[in-house]
Amino acid sequence: MTQLEELVRQSEVKPATPPSPPPPDDDIDDIPLYAARRKIYPQSVHGTFRRIKWAVLLITLGIYYFLPFVRWDRGPNAPSQAVLIDFPNRRFYFFFIELWPQEIYYLTGLLVLAAIGLFLMNALAGRVWCGYLCPQTVWTDLYMAIERFTEGDRREHMKREAAKWTLETYARKGAKHFLWLMVAWWTGGAWVLYFADAPTLVKELATGEAPFVAYAWIGILTVTTYALAGHLREQVCLYMCPWPRIQAALTDEYALNVTYRYDRGEPRMSAKKAEQLKAQGQHVGDCVDCLQCVHVCPTGIDIRQGSQLGCIQCGLCIDACNNIMAKLGRPRDLIAYDTDLNIKARQEGRQPSYNLIRPRTLLYAAIIAIAGGVMLYTLATRDSEGISVIHDRNPMFVRLSDGSLRNGYTIRIVNKQLKSRDFIVAVDGLPSSLVDFVGLPPRADGRQLVSVGPDQTKEVRVLVTDYSDVPPAASTTVLFSLIDADSGAVAQVRDHFFGSERR
Amino acid sequence: MAEEHKQIDPITGTATTGHEWDGLRELNTPLPRWWLWLFYLTIVWAIGYWIVYPAWPLIHNSTQGLFGYHSRDAVVEDLDALHAQRGPMMAKLGSATTAEILADPQLLDFARAQGRVAFADNCAPCHGAGGGGTKGYPNLNDDDWLWGGKIADIEQTIRFGARAGNDQGRQGNMPPFTGVLKPAEISNVADYVRSLSGLSTEAGADLAAGKKVFADNCAVCHGDNAKGNRELGSANLTDRIWLYGSDKEAIVDGIEKGHGGVMPTWDGRLSEPVIKSLAVYVYSFGGGEK
Repeated sequence: MTQLEELVRQSEVKPATPPSPPPPDDDIDDIPLYAARRKIYPQSVHGTFRRIKWAVLLITLGIYYFLPFVRWDRGPNAPSQAVLIDFPNRRFYFFFIELWPQEIYYLTGLLVLAAIGLFLMNALAGRVWCGYLCPQTVWTDLYMAIERFTEGDRREHMKREAAKWTLETYARKGAKHFLWLMVAWWTGGAWVLYFADAPTLVKELATGEAPFVAYAWIGILTVTTYALAGHLREQVCLYMCPWPRIQAALTDEYALNVTYRYDRGEPRMSAKKAEQLKAQGQHVGDCVDCLQCVHVCPTGIDIRQGSQLGCIQCGLCIDACNNIMAKLGRPRDLIAYDTDLNIKARQEGRQPSYNLIRPRTLLYAAIIAIAGGVMLYTLATRDSEGISVIHDRNPMFVRLSDGSLRNGYTIRIVNKQLKSRDFIVAVDGLPSSLVDFVGLPPRADGRQLVSVGPDQTKEVRVLVTDYSDVPPAASTTVLFSLIDADSGAVAQVRDHFFGSERR
Repeated sequence: MAEEHKQIDPITGTATTGHEWDGLRELNTPLPRWWLWLFYLTIVWAIGYWIVYPAWPLIHNSTQGLFGYHSRDAVVEDLDALHAQRGPMMAKLGSATTAEILADPQLLDFARAQGRVAFADNCAPCHGAGGGGTKGYPNLNDDDWLWGGKIADIEQTIRFGARAGNDQGRQGNMPPFTGVLKPAEISNVADYVRSLSGLSTEAGADLAAGKKVFADNCAVCHGDNAKGNRELGSANLTDRIWLYGSDKEAIVDGIEKGHGGVMPTWDGRLSEPVIKSLAVYVYSFGGGEK
């Protein structure tokens, strides 16, 4: 063995049970480069984790399908939909929050929260995301329920599929695909409702007057939902999704995983044989090799082979095993959320320990708290007005006939309030200067006010003329102040006044 | 690559493909077969592309494709759509006077956007990207206008040009005085002109003589007070703006050789709405007169 192999061997985390014995040498040549897919018929199961999954499914899909219809009154100048991504007007509405495109950094914040939230879940209990929350899991779960409803549970389904197909087989399959497509279509339909006023769009869709892009997106999402949740299922987790790979690199030995407690389960044998051996005073395991854990698994794996890529840790095998253990009168939790460290501890007669509070989880929680806190603070304290200034690039300055210097600027005034506002713009930093808004006549009181509509911006060209006797320096810093004429709220930005031909 | 020898990798328990490079062996973790079919499907898709879209280069052209797609047609379609979209506003621009455009904020915004592009295409080569001008080509941002800075004046100058041979264009130029005036007279009058706007004069210059030369030769166009005459496009010599430079050498050169910068006629070369847009855009530089 080479040195490298020795190193790799030492750094390996030992699997829960030794890997299955390698196939005999004759078969090696027959292992294909491309493997056919093994069809999985997941069996229905009852228990705690199944109930949790049903609840999560109802809540998440309920939010997804019905949230667009929730109303939120913002007054006459804004849409009354609680959650709306308004692309034509470039606004995002979320209940009391309204975001402009330049505030897209909140999306960065959300992505940070999402990533670290994922890491925290992983540090606490492995692939919680995969098992309960991932859209692929939730929709696949729903599709499997429809499949069991139309084609029957595992045994019935397999039996009918193996037998000669009758009219009933086709009818059941037809019903299944019809229901699948209806769910897929509804999924696409709900998606587009987030981008337009939902009740209006529903009416337009029903009467065929909706824009083409709405139908296109419904079509795309119908196809993807039907394909991913109906047909590809665990293949998405095994071959497409990057998270299982990243998760494996991120996890540690303290994270709770769905674990077969082989210390208790092995040697596995039938209940009858176990009785006999027990009577002889021999050690027997609790696993009766009933394969219920395998049959209920949505990805078709055997959890008794230890933690593995295909396991999305949904806990359904825990429910299945507990049901069997209850029938046999043996203690529950032969499969449970546990760690390999604890198995080892029990084997060595030590107390198992559960370290949910560790530096890693504390760090993740702290990052979530800080990122979330910063986002909340900036959201709560952000200004509802803003000004940005662009100095003319060419010419940098203009000499007027009386010798005074003038600089031109284009300013953009932002009014984030849902009402029309009047602003005064002041320029400070020059000894004596005149500010003129091109195309804005002075009002009766002599002030030049810039009126900006509700939730809008306005671009104005501003000419600043320096009348001082002393020629200004090559570059003078000037301060543009935007003042709300009513409330006195102020936004400021710095720019420069260029002068002197000696540049 | 050594001989192909498939075996079981001792660490992972997975079979190898039999490929080996200097002791590194490739594990055989079979891909799903549907992945392979997807790969074949992309190849079929690509062949479909070759058939329906222009694809293979030939000697003189390329295969045209069944869809008859042509990127130039797509551009023309886009441009037509754009023109159709702008149509109503362009028609309004064509029928409104420049004064009416200035009074209508919506029309003004449209005209300025239109003018910005037209200015960059047609005017910037001489007047500079922002209308800043250069020697011999007036700065359009300042408040000194040879032919008038009211919106109607600017529109007329753009439409008919200056000294461009158009009857309705701006006429009048600065004649050369070489041979008419003696060098000493030219020198004196140049110093006198500089003194009008407070610039330094050369030691020993005879300003009184210069004033007389000015009255006899220059005042007829530039006026007794030297403030210029917009009818003739003669410059105001008392302000701080010098189109051809304010140093004495440049002024002497101008008197000796004369000036007659040409602004082309744009009538007939640019459409009616574009000429008006340009006038409004230039007016909005900030130098326009009320």
